[in-house]
Amino acid sequence: MAISFEHVTFTYQAGTPMAQTALEDVSFNLPDHGYLAIIGHTGSGKSTLVQQINALLKPTSGTIKIDDFTITPDTTNADLKPLRQHVGMVFQFPESQLFEETIRKDIAFGPQNFGMSPEDANELADQMLTTVGLDTSYAERSPFELSGGQMRRVAIAGVLAMRPKVLILDEPTAGLDPQGRQEMMDLFEQLHREQGLTIVLVTHQMEDVAEYAEQVAIMREGRLVKFGDVQEAFGDPDWLLANQLDVPRAAQFAQQLAKRGFQWQPLPLTADQLAEQIAEQWRKRGTDHV
Amino acid sequence: MSNFIFGRYLPLNSVVHRLDPRAKLMLSFFYIVLVFMANNLVTYGILIVFTLAAIFASKISLGFFLKGIRPLLWLIVFTVVLQLLFSPAGGHVYFHWAFINITQYGVVNSGYIFIRFLLIIMMSTLLTLSTQPLDIATGLSSLMKPLRWVHVPVDTLAMMLSIALRFVPTLMDEATKIMNAQRARGVDFGEGGLFKQAKSLIPLMVPLFMSAFNRAEDLSTAMEARGYQDSEHRSQYRILTWQKRDTVTWIIFIIGFAAILAFRRW
Repeated sequence: MAISFEHVTFTYQAGTPMAQTALEDVSFNLPDHGYLAIIGHTGSGKSTLVQQINALLKPTSGTIKIDDFTITPDTTNADLKPLRQHVGMVFQFPESQLFEETIRKDIAFGPQNFGMSPEDANELADQMLTTVGLDTSYAERSPFELSGGQMRRVAIAGVLAMRPKVLILDEPTAGLDPQGRQEMMDLFEQLHREQGLTIVLVTHQMEDVAEYAEQVAIMREGRLVKFGDVQEAFGDPDWLLANQLDVPRAAQFAQQLAKRGFQWQPLPLTADQLAEQIAEQWRKRGTDHV
Repeated sequence: MSNFIFGRYLPLNSVVHRLDPRAKLMLSFFYIVLVFMANNLVTYGILIVFTLAAIFASKISLGFFLKGIRPLLWLIVFTVVLQLLFSPAGGHVYFHWAFINITQYGVVNSGYIFIRFLLIIMMSTLLTLSTQPLDIATGLSSLMKPLRWVHVPVDTLAMMLSIALRFVPTLMDEATKIMNAQRARGVDFGEGGLFKQAKSLIPLMVPLFMSAFNRAEDLSTAMEARGYQDSEHRSQYRILTWQKRDTVTWIIFIIGFAAILAFRRW
């Protein structure tokens, strides 16, 4: 599903002395089957932005279009339920949303709310359990017996079970160990590639952005300061540093190497790209010296 | 949730905000006594002027107070109607049917009840809107100090109170977050019949309790790790000091008290 924001502004507690503008005049277009990463500082409006996409927060002014759905400040909740089925949302620390007695019931909860029969939902739950890398033998256990990482997988399975077309991920790997993080990101990548899910990822991990995302949105103080493809957004490390954002580690390394005579075209952002370009330049040097 | 104004703090800079929380707590109590002593038009008039002046001094717009009354509106209406219909006989009888009497006495009384409710809610809303919850806790524990002589664990109670108050916004945030997560999974909060609404609370309450218990455990571990001991005499970071403005406010209230004594119907 394609997502478009047109001059979206959002104010928390509008009309009170506590009013706080969290988004200001945000406009962008994300094509269908896109993979967008949203980066920016804590409090820059990233989470507020993604909550607009499934209308948990409605814009104070402006319009959001998600395929045929249009969200304006006047949209009522009744119109939004079909939208929420199509836009799956994985919040920060999603394990805190688990509540059922068994894992199967918890995963089946979402699809049943959208009208699926309990039998079908249970079957789907088992299927989703395998998708997120847990054995179906877990299905009858209580979600509260699991480890933190496993709980998160169950919570994500609960969102995937609604068969969304857009998947919003708000720092999905925060607090996971490196291996768990890798597995999680690979899972999302697989869903994106094989099922054509549109993915919106909020993250602080620049490596993940470089590795997986196709497009990047950079937020600062509620404004969208940069929107473009990854190479474009990360191509200027000085700009990123000036805005107190990290540069992917591979790019940092490449910059150090540039001082020792390496030349990059374009600047490598991932370890693979870096390795490839180093190999190529060495090959050339090798022939020069011989 | 953001419409619920009662019990919230509004950070502004006014005389009322700067008053000593102890003074404000005692004055609120004193004010309630005044409200119950008033019993005719003049005395209620004095109190209304008093209340409006206090609200004006706090720089908080009147709209906030009216909003604060809204959730309690039904309680007020219920009490007033009860008073109106079932007052004992007295004065002129306007209407009589079976056990229902609408009398002159009843009409006047229900009018008073209505004004009393309004005034007390306004003033207690003013107290919470202009005082930080932690200051209220500190003020209360300071006022409870004499109870130490009869072995009431005042410090522990104060600690409990300030922890409870401190975690209200945290739990509110948590609740909002969980509600959002469940809404994204297709739960409709506050829609459908009573049974459906009650059922929709389960996906909210279970995770909320889980996280509250976990948080309580973490907090107690963190407190113990930093050497907290129950019943030890504790000093305080913020020390309350009685200022001139507190005395002045008290004097104004006592003048009001005298005026009410003078004008009330004995």
